[in-house]
Amino acid sequence: MENNLAINIEHVKKSFGGNVVLRDINLKVYEGESLVTLGKSGTGKSVILQCIVGLLYPDSGSIYVYGKNIPKLSEDELQEVRKKIGFLFQSGALYDSMTVRQNLEFPLRRLTDLNDAEINNKVKDALESVGLYRAIDKMPSELSGGMRKRIGLARTLITDPKIMLYDEPTTGLDPATSREISELILKMKDKHKVSSINVTHDMECAKLTADRIVVLKDGVYICEGTFEELQKSDDPFVKSFFEGLNF
Amino acid sequence: MKFLPKNIIDFFLNTWGLFNFTKRFFIQFFRGKPEVEETIKQCFQIGYKSLPLVSITGFIIGLTLALQIIPTLDKFGAVSLIPQMLSIAVVREIGPVIIGLICAGKMGSGIGAELGSMKVTEQIAAMEVSAINPFKYLVVTRITAAMITVPILVIYADTLSLIGGYLSMSVNADMSIRLFFSEVFSTLTFEDFLPAVVKTIFFGFGIGLVGSYKGYNCSRGTESVGIAANSAVVAASLLVILLDLIAVQISTIIF
Repeated sequence: MENNLAINIEHVKKSFGGNVVLRDINLKVYEGESLVTLGKSGTGKSVILQCIVGLLYPDSGSIYVYGKNIPKLSEDELQEVRKKIGFLFQSGALYDSMTVRQNLEFPLRRLTDLNDAEINNKVKDALESVGLYRAIDKMPSELSGGMRKRIGLARTLITDPKIMLYDEPTTGLDPATSREISELILKMKDKHKVSSINVTHDMECAKLTADRIVVLKDGVYICEGTFEELQKSDDPFVKSFFEGLNF
Repeated sequence: MKFLPKNIIDFFLNTWGLFNFTKRFFIQFFRGKPEVEETIKQCFQIGYKSLPLVSITGFIIGLTLALQIIPTLDKFGAVSLIPQMLSIAVVREIGPVIIGLICAGKMGSGIGAELGSMKVTEQIAAMEVSAINPFKYLVVTRITAAMITVPILVIYADTLSLIGGYLSMSVNADMSIRLFFSEVFSTLTFEDFLPAVVKTIFFGFGIGLVGSYKGYNCSRGTESVGIAANSAVVAASLLVILLDLIAVQISTIIF
């Protein structure tokens, strides 16, 4: 196995009842690489992310994260691997009974031995990096969609993950906020040097953040390449993602 | 299995799911560091906030029971027996069961709806992928809080119930507070009190367990949150009645 592999997915199959979602997924993500997954809605892009983090288990195949095969791990081993992974949910998934500060403190108090002053500093730094320090004492219900996603990103990055999984980070946001989120993802990538998989339909986000793009169709990846390479593709399905783009 | 009706299959699947959920509770309860702070918070959330409802209910139970009994026993000149009857009835059965049912409604729906909405909005998944054990943090704390608060609420409601009974006796039968409570305490024994308290711990366990199970296993969509809360109340209420039946049988054999 290659040493600089962060994620290695081999022959993964997943179905729900009679509906086969993933037929034969093979994917390698290298350390520090930013990968974007394109595909139609409901084709299993998010399922792959959930399999990587152990929220779902594949019917067959292997998913290696830093050499550990996720489906074969015990609960304790899986928790150890999850400490290296950050997951940004589509909704932000902030804990709505806690303030923004408590949301960010929550993983630190449970997963680290940091004292109060260190935790305060980390929370402050994380919120400043997403430009939302002013919202520190707000409840999630008082935040807009874009703010929730930025806070969600700050909460995910506060534990310094080595891998980031973004599940449609810009869906449902206006173009300006989408761009802000995309730039934030790029900034985090440069700052924290994380490997990432970004599931998105937002081509501007894909162009900004992707080192490599893979396209999912009918449960398999049909092609891969850089944004510019795929833009020149002759495949009608791939072309459909790039139609009408002005960049 | 196809020859069985869907609701029968669902019943067995739910029972099996609940069994596994119970097993997981005991494993997580004894594993790792206890979530003391969150358990105390939950005691406040589900216990302290039930106080007004439990207070009014407890007081009215005693008051109305005494009011109903007085005319009947008055015909036989046995009004002086009312404190004894009332204390036995309230402490052994009426208090635990009625407050248990009230808690099943308030706590069961609260826990079911809260965990259900957390599930639907991916908050439970977010906790899980952050390497934090959501079961221990969300479920174990709520069940433990229910096991602690339900017995306390029942004892509190029993006390208010007896005070209500006394007020009724004072107004309608001119009985003094000293006589009323000396009759009450001369009647009540350890054998009346202990089984009643022990069974309410089980009521709390059942209410917390069913509420958490329904919420934690809520399917996607906001509609399912309502279904989870509703089915939690129905199942928890039924469980309280069943546990009471079993507890009465066992306490009859032991005491």
